[in-house]
Amino acid sequence: MNAIFPKSADRVFRFAVAGLVVTAGAAAGLYAYFSHPKVLDTGYTPVQPVAYSHKLHAGNLGMDCRYCHFTVEKSAFAAIPPTEVCMNCHVRVKPQSPQLQRVRDSYARGEPIPWVKVHRLPDYVYFNHQAHVSAGVSCVSCHGRVDQMIEVKQVEPLSMAWCLDCHRNPAPKLRPVELVTKLDWQPDRDPADIGREIMRTKQIHPPLTCSGCHR
Amino acid sequence: MADLAIRPQDIDAELNPPLVTGGLTYASITEKISAITESKTPRAWYIAIGVTGALTAVLGLMIAYLVFTGIGVWGNNSPVGWAWDITNFVFWIGIGHAGTLISAILFLFRQRWRTSINRAAEAMTLFAVACAGIFPLIHVGRPWRAYWLFPIPNTDLNMWQNFRSPLLWDVFAVSTYATVSALFWYVGLIPDLATLRDRARNKIRQWIFGILSLGWRGSAHHWKHYEMAYLILAGLSTPLVLSVHTIVSFDFAVSVIPGWHTTIFPPYFVAGAIFSGFAMVITLMVIARQTLHLEDLITMKHLENMCKVILATGSIVGYAYAVEFFTAFFSGNPYERFTFINRAVGPYAWAVWTMFTCNVFAPQLFWFKKIRTSIPAMFAISIVVNIGMWFERFVIIVTSLHRDYLPASWGYFRPTAIDVLTFAGSIGLFLTLFLLFARFLPIIAVSEVKSVLHAQESGH
Amino acid sequence: MRTGKTYWRSLDELARTPEFEQWLHREFPENASEWTGKASRRNLLKLMAASFGLAGLVACRRPVERILPAAKGVEEYVPGNPMYYATAFSLGAAAYGLHVEAHDGRPTKIEGNPQHPASRGAAGSFAQASILGLYDPDRAKWVRKDGRRSSWEEFEKFAAGRFAGQGAGLRFLSGEIGSPSLEAVKKHALQRFPQARWVEFEPVSQDEPMAGAQLAFGQPVRAHYHFEKADVILALDCDFLGLDAPTLSYTREFARRRKIGTPQDRMNRLYVAEANYSLTGAAADHRLRLRASEVAALLAELAAELKVFGETLRVLPAASGARRKWLAAVARDLAAHKGRCLVLAGPRQPAVVHAWVHLINQLLGNAGATVTYTAATWTPQTQALKELASEMAAGQVSTLVILGGNPVYNAPADLDFASHIKKVECVIRHGLEEDETAALAHWTLPEAHYLETWGDARAWDGTCSIQQPLVAPIYEGRSAAEVVALLSGYPHRRAYDIVRNFWSALSEPQWRKALHDGVTPTPPSAELKVTADARRIQGLPLPPPATGVEINFQPDAGVWDGRFANNGWLQEAPDPMTKLTWDNAALLSPATARSLGVNTGDMISIQREGRELKIPAMILPGHADNSITLPLGYGRTRCGRVGRGVGHNVYPLRTSGAMSIAAGGKVSKAPGRYKFSLTQDHHSMEGRPIVREATLEEYRKHPHFAHEPHQELFSLYPEHSYDKGNQWGMVVDLNACIGCNACLLACQAENNIPIVGKKEVARGREMHWIRLDRYFSGPEEDPEVVYQPMACQQCENAPCENVCPVAATAHSPEGLNEMAYNRCIGTRYCANNCPYKVRRFNFLEWHKDIDQLQRMQFNPDVTVRMRGVMEKCNYCVQRIQEAKIKAKAEGRRPIRDGEILTACQQTCPAEAIVFGNINDPNSKVSQLRKQDRNYAVLAELNVKPRTTYLAKVRNPNPELV
Repeated sequence: MNAIFPKSADRVFRFAVAGLVVTAGAAAGLYAYFSHPKVLDTGYTPVQPVAYSHKLHAGNLGMDCRYCHFTVEKSAFAAIPPTEVCMNCHVRVKPQSPQLQRVRDSYARGEPIPWVKVHRLPDYVYFNHQAHVSAGVSCVSCHGRVDQMIEVKQVEPLSMAWCLDCHRNPAPKLRPVELVTKLDWQPDRDPADIGREIMRTKQIHPPLTCSGCHR
Repeated sequence: MADLAIRPQDIDAELNPPLVTGGLTYASITEKISAITESKTPRAWYIAIGVTGALTAVLGLMIAYLVFTGIGVWGNNSPVGWAWDITNFVFWIGIGHAGTLISAILFLFRQRWRTSINRAAEAMTLFAVACAGIFPLIHVGRPWRAYWLFPIPNTDLNMWQNFRSPLLWDVFAVSTYATVSALFWYVGLIPDLATLRDRARNKIRQWIFGILSLGWRGSAHHWKHYEMAYLILAGLSTPLVLSVHTIVSFDFAVSVIPGWHTTIFPPYFVAGAIFSGFAMVITLMVIARQTLHLEDLITMKHLENMCKVILATGSIVGYAYAVEFFTAFFSGNPYERFTFINRAVGPYAWAVWTMFTCNVFAPQLFWFKKIRTSIPAMFAISIVVNIGMWFERFVIIVTSLHRDYLPASWGYFRPTAIDVLTFAGSIGLFLTLFLLFARFLPIIAVSEVKSVLHAQESGH
Repeated sequence: MRTGKTYWRSLDELARTPEFEQWLHREFPENASEWTGKASRRNLLKLMAASFGLAGLVACRRPVERILPAAKGVEEYVPGNPMYYATAFSLGAAAYGLHVEAHDGRPTKIEGNPQHPASRGAAGSFAQASILGLYDPDRAKWVRKDGRRSSWEEFEKFAAGRFAGQGAGLRFLSGEIGSPSLEAVKKHALQRFPQARWVEFEPVSQDEPMAGAQLAFGQPVRAHYHFEKADVILALDCDFLGLDAPTLSYTREFARRRKIGTPQDRMNRLYVAEANYSLTGAAADHRLRLRASEVAALLAELAAELKVFGETLRVLPAASGARRKWLAAVARDLAAHKGRCLVLAGPRQPAVVHAWVHLINQLLGNAGATVTYTAATWTPQTQALKELASEMAAGQVSTLVILGGNPVYNAPADLDFASHIKKVECVIRHGLEEDETAALAHWTLPEAHYLETWGDARAWDGTCSIQQPLVAPIYEGRSAAEVVALLSGYPHRRAYDIVRNFWSALSEPQWRKALHDGVTPTPPSAELKVTADARRIQGLPLPPPATGVEINFQPDAGVWDGRFANNGWLQEAPDPMTKLTWDNAALLSPATARSLGVNTGDMISIQREGRELKIPAMILPGHADNSITLPLGYGRTRCGRVGRGVGHNVYPLRTSGAMSIAAGGKVSKAPGRYKFSLTQDHHSMEGRPIVREATLEEYRKHPHFAHEPHQELFSLYPEHSYDKGNQWGMVVDLNACIGCNACLLACQAENNIPIVGKKEVARGREMHWIRLDRYFSGPEEDPEVVYQPMACQQCENAPCENVCPVAATAHSPEGLNEMAYNRCIGTRYCANNCPYKVRRFNFLEWHKDIDQLQRMQFNPDVTVRMRGVMEKCNYCVQRIQEAKIKAKAEGRRPIRDGEILTACQQTCPAEAIVFGNINDPNSKVSQLRKQDRNYAVLAELNVKPRTTYLAKVRNPNPELV
């Protein structure tokens, strides 16, 4: 009988099938990669209403994080400081600087400065700064070297898996409480040893159960 | 003298009537079956698919409404968290059993009579499983998260499924079953697709069937591999026939709810599934037989055999019901006892007695050859059994849930219009798929029937 | 059932009515038309706004979120940390001290003030729910002149002209004033306007008790009962555990006498005679079904039994056999406990009854012991209102200032207030709502919610509290004192100045302390020594039993007199006895129903003095025969969207002559059926050992009666060991629990539990995390009642956890059965497999269509669940976590027993709920678990619940069993 397809049809068909499988696999892989918090969320660097440089203040001037984020040890939230705090210095320091106009206005009018939130967790996640800081988790573990950032950007995925990594093995991330805001701190020995010691003395058992973070 | 002699083949004919009648030959069988797909589409078909297609559209609308509004559009409540949704799921999965049973198990048991019905039965299985598959996905409160049911690696959550949950076992059982039966069906189709290709008069049909038949040329070489593949698949699907409904029954058996928590469920569910499956096959085949004039291929012997299977499985189901009541009484467990008393006389007694009548009493009529061999009778009974089996699932799910341990939490379930339309829609989808199948693919396995014909003649 | 009682299933079934038979065999009824609730679900979703919350479990990627820190820091305020303030909530004349939790400046949760004598750390359902009123979107917001929006300035201009003269034709109408500072302003106003008069009126008033005191002692006094000292209590139509103030402290004291640790302990004995089945009746050891109008006769018979007047008493027709026997036993019991017993009558009873009660208490030596008196000033309110109405009718009232209340809706029907008010030239209305009364006022002034303005309040015992605001008025509201001050030119105008000035005696430190503690140093009212005049009382004519069908009006457990009608929480909180939500009903006994040929849901028509009322009937087992109870407060016509048109208004039948008990009612079946929404429609325990109960005697014979022998089961899975660290557990004392809804509402407020509306309740979709299961036992006509709070039992072998395919509910090492909402996909398998059926599913998006204002009530520590996810009690895990973090911050100390209180436990007036660490042998909860009354419900399933119950023990009189 007369052939409908050329001899090559078989090969074409096989290639087609193979190709289909490959493209499907590739598509899935690409989606998985680009939808991953590591790719999706890290590096987020919004433009802030006031060009405030953490590098200048926390880095060069060596201000302690807690000078502005003063509730970090007593509250779940590390408060964004009221304009008042800025003005504490800036009434004297660069009182005329045009970059600070917005700050001065805010203070004068009593209107808040609309800072843009950088590190964002879903509503159903209850992260508590007080708990972490008092345990000896440094700011740097989640926020990175803010003291080197001119504009703050998200450096960690803040995904559940990422949280769990540390909750399962906190030792490497622990340090003496008084050092939590020393972003450039370099331990003289294996940080894990220090961490294990702290875990022993303070009996630190990070929750691995749902309600640890979801309530 | 010679005229007194009784020829053995006469006895043979008496004992097992031929599976193909009307003096059909190889050629005419091919002609007959293929013609169905090649002839001009009859008006009746358009009307039929118009109706079923509309129903399918309704299903789509209902699902959309559900997803955008919430489970609340159904009648489900507390304590009746599952109602028509899971009832429909189990119902369709049950239907989906006959196909593989006929194809696989009867094949392994060398039951020749399966040949004329296995193709349609397998198709029906696929379509039923497709309908069944919808419900577990839409019955969840957040369908857009339903993919969490599948163990997809997720490095952002590090969350895995709970492998202790029977619902998860379902996911695997059902998806495996769907895959294997689809494969089985398609492999069976290949030689016939090739036939259609070769008979095709226009290029499009040639191309389509050409591709679908994967270059089948019917060489001895091909047949050798084909037979082997078919045998392996039959072997694979045989345990599945038993496993799928066993695992579905675990959804209930593994729980602590009186009326669910019972060890009899696996065999009981499997029997019930085969029961309902065969009923659906009869329903469909009778229609096909009449409308497509396949009397010579789907003979009374086929139908009668199926009626016998229904009679057998129906009796098993009846027995299971009885045992359930007995164990409830014998267990001495007050909760169990109450559940079954409540079934018999409680608010849902009407459903329970519908179930008994349809599933236990109706099939018993098949003891009579007259009824077994009467087309209208078997058609009616098959419908009744389908209804009864839907109610069986409804009874198991809803009557057990609505009154369990603490009377203060008891409630009553009432379906909403959405419940009804969703189920109707799923029937529509099922029939639509079957109509498409009956129109465009060989509804009877030509190559296999030929083998039977061959056997018949060699009998001479 | 241990006690060998016969339990029946539902009334219908017991009564084997054809209707029930038909119900048994009914086909699927057409559903859409099933519930003829006034509002459709979609409406309700909107209407319920007043208690909806932050939606959104799913977060889309990077919506730009702004953080707006205050420009200037606020002292002592740490963003994210809640702050607590003491303040006071008043209902009529009874005030309760509160602690209110505020998150970032918005009040979110109300607790009782432990230092306040009337609340003792507990808060009743009204106080708990009152926070919704603050965020009620339908509140009176602006000043209105003839319905058009105006301003305070406009009003002040107007008032300056209007309130110039001597106050001729000027009348003030207010609710009962419990605020000392307001009283001072009132006094000033009456001095400023000599010809003016001031009327105080509460629909639920103390008129009768005060009149009774007048009869007995020649002066009005307020009685204070000391249940802690009372061994035998006879409550005559008095619901001191439910609606007859001050219930919280009474409940606390009563419950303490019901808690027994060992069989040797003694407990009090409560006799109740009442018409309606009240919470007090449910707690009784002996309950006598009695028409309210026959209480007087009963009392006289009791007096005879007690030989109060010697033999010379003109004895009434002697009581029938059973009643006689009952009385004789009660009398002997009382006589045997002279000075340690107590007889009380409810405020609905006529003055004479109260007089007799005072006398009997005196003769039993209870006066000064179990009951004390304090002085009270009183003008009969109904009478005063009547006079005001006639003045209005006569056109003698030119200016009527209505402060609070809602007379047009709830004044006695015969006063025809609504039409007379039209004759008043100028009506000024100051209130929280734009209600029926506001509609007929020329000026309507918005009232400030008690959480947004300064004030003070006097408790039942005279203790005073400063009412401290937590927020500035959200709208233009002002306090009543401010309004009167404005009208009368009071030297101080702002609420704070008025209050501070009134309390000027307090030094600044004292004032600060008073604010902090929530109670002022002023001592409670001094005890008053009074003696009842036996002769005079004997001479008093006894009111005869009501002819025809007796009608009892009483405040509703949900909406009180109607003032809480727009409160979604209270509307949806099931009535403690009937489990009815979103409605009131004419309650009647099965026998009465039979004689009328009506069944639950049938409409009946009640005629009295030419007035007619159509209302659906509801059969309440244990209700007195030939008597009907009508709860007040429903059928509001002008009210917020939540309460408008809900239920039936019974005020049209209530006249000044019969404010509580009305005689001569004619009742007949009316055409039509009505659909109720009940949260529990099955009333029997099916002989199952769910609530385990015994009499004190049985308990002494078999201390372990609560322990069901059952076969041990074994889990397929390896058992967890829970012997390390904190292991949370809860014990509920069924002896103490009285079945009030305080815990349910506290839970709703704490855990952001949505309201679903009447139609959805009817479908069985209410969301309350804690149920108060109520079971009847015994004969249909006169059953006993038991309550069982039922929330998640935190099973150690939780059936729900095994079956969840996505592991959304899992067990914590501390024994909590946790629910991760954000993981839940909503298969509902867990709920199906829960033997206690305590899991709640979000069938629809209950949190639709809500604005910022309403969101402000929500507890930020608890995720607001979206549609399609399961939720349930989790022992207030947010409180547990907060406490643990606090403990760690404070040097990693262990958590102290009682440091964590669950919301239900904290607010329970009966202290029936105890939560704590069962791993600590000294914790209160471990101690209770050791008691022999301790048992686990459905223990035979080997689910190992962490919540256990202390079996109920009643203390019946041996003579009567």
